[in-house]
Amino acid sequence: MIKLQNVEKVYRTSSIETLALNNINLDVKKGEFVSIMGPSGCGKSTLLNIIGLLDAPSKGIIEIDGRKVERFNDKEIAPLRNKMLGFIFQSFHLINDLSVIDNVEIPLLYRSTNAKQRRELAEEALEKVGLANRMKHFPKQLSGGQKQRVAIARAIVGKPEIILADEPTGNLDSAMGNEIINILQSLNEDGATIVMVTHDDAMAKRTHRLIRLFDGTQVL
Amino acid sequence: MLINYIKIAWKVLLRHPFYTFITLFGISLTLTVLMVITSFLDHLFGAHYPETKRNKTLYIGMVIQTDSARTSISSGPATFSFLNKYAKSLKTPEKVTIFSNFSFSNTYVNGKRIKLNTKYTDAEFWGVTDFQFLEGKPYNDQNIRNGDHVAVITDALKNQYFEKGDENVVGKNIEIESVNYKVIGVVKGSPPTRVYTYSDVYFPYTAPKSNYENKGIRGRYIALLLGKKESDLDEIESEFDSGIARIPKSEIGDVKKFPVLIIKADRYFDHFLNSLARDETQKIFFYAIVGLVLLMLMGLPAINLVNVNVSRILERASEIGVRKAFGAPSKALLWQFIIENVFITLIGGVFALIFSFAIVQMINASGWIAYADLTINFTVFLISILVCLFFGLLSGVLPAFRMSRLKIVDALKS
Repeated sequence: MIKLQNVEKVYRTSSIETLALNNINLDVKKGEFVSIMGPSGCGKSTLLNIIGLLDAPSKGIIEIDGRKVERFNDKEIAPLRNKMLGFIFQSFHLINDLSVIDNVEIPLLYRSTNAKQRRELAEEALEKVGLANRMKHFPKQLSGGQKQRVAIARAIVGKPEIILADEPTGNLDSAMGNEIINILQSLNEDGATIVMVTHDDAMAKRTHRLIRLFDGTQVL
Repeated sequence: MLINYIKIAWKVLLRHPFYTFITLFGISLTLTVLMVITSFLDHLFGAHYPETKRNKTLYIGMVIQTDSARTSISSGPATFSFLNKYAKSLKTPEKVTIFSNFSFSNTYVNGKRIKLNTKYTDAEFWGVTDFQFLEGKPYNDQNIRNGDHVAVITDALKNQYFEKGDENVVGKNIEIESVNYKVIGVVKGSPPTRVYTYSDVYFPYTAPKSNYENKGIRGRYIALLLGKKESDLDEIESEFDSGIARIPKSEIGDVKKFPVLIIKADRYFDHFLNSLARDETQKIFFYAIVGLVLLMLMGLPAINLVNVNVSRILERASEIGVRKAFGAPSKALLWQFIIENVFITLIGGVFALIFSFAIVQMINASGWIAYADLTINFTVFLISILVCLFFGLLSGVLPAFRMSRLKIVDALKS
């Protein structure tokens, strides 16, 4: 489902070059739940961003669902992100000016889905994460755990095949963190391929496979 | 999607009341100025009382005599006899009227001087224009043939000259320049900005001092050619032009000095423009100046708004990142911010419309222009809406374009 070959990411300023990722090779099968671990600054989030087509590699090949995408332009990448990928961020990234249901509908705005269908799908996603009773609330009225559940609902509303989670439990206490992992596990059981960046060994142990990074290099 | 964008725009407005105030104040002020100017231009060039048929009327107001190189020019209105020969005789217009430019005169009431503007017209004048008779009726061809000393006066002159409260003044006498005239009708006056039809007193052209019998081409008279419908004007114009082209040289005075004779029957705006700019180069120059003034008027506040918009949109970098991450193409984001900006501009436009309406009412009531009838009518409203949209696009496109190009990872970090 996700294949990376010899991926390299270099950040350049006028005077400094920083190698953030070095020769990364990765193959995530359909339906796998993979976690990425490593110390701070080792390139975990950079790797996730490259897998999620949020950032471009400096070198290497990226295949998503059999398509080589590293040379795709904005016009080609946008629909791919919209249909294939769902993101969950550590700091939720909800839009505070929109209600919970409007936040969840965002991925559907960029598809040919009518308003009624959007509402139904968003309600369904919120029910799945146990927040059907908070649809009209605004993000500021929710706890951290609830915000992350809204973010999960937003990630799954378009029924993407791949879910990318960047430290989804990083800002939550352990009880809330467990709840979020339970939801992710159940999504995985329903068929979603999940790649999750985490600092937490306990969370990583609940995934199928662990990828370790150190200084931008994959550690076996 | 549109509702989603508008919801966001509304929330963003509510989030920072001071920013919102500055933005809306800037937009409203600029648009108010533009709307009042539009209303004033409509007042000057639109079809309003008593020239409500302006759209199907041609104006012959200027005779230009020049040399072939157009280095020296002599211009002014025509004589009655010239217009009678070349305008009154036209077959294509429904009606043709000939009347003089207004001239200054005096009358006295109890030793107090009243300054007047007087005008000599034919009977057709009342059919081509739409003056509202408050009392009496207009003079007719019979009055003109008889050389009757009759006059149509405005309601303002009636109130000044006759005792207030005097209900009906038709049949009473008014003495102007030592000549007694019988008041035959009282009309609602028109603003002096309608320069061709405005006056305080209207006399038949056969009344004393009209000089209607003067010969030659240059005089003090103007003609209006009224078509049945607007589409008739081209045909009327070409009939008039062909008549002018056949004027024998013997009829043109001073042919040696001014061999070229230019007399046109123009639509009102063209007539106005031709009096300012006589050839195509001058017209281009005129439009360039108007364009420059408009650009300054709209461009400077727009640049200011671009800055406000950039800082307003920059705050929302994270939202841009999220939308892009979930599949929003740059084009969709570009449209989102343009729509938001147009929405905000339209809100500013609503305020501007209210302010403009109040200002226009104040101008009308101030007496600054007598009988001023500035309005925010449908044309003004439509132009204002278009200006709002243009202004919204002008101040929104650049920030929207900049924001839509943001890198997702950078946007999410902010």
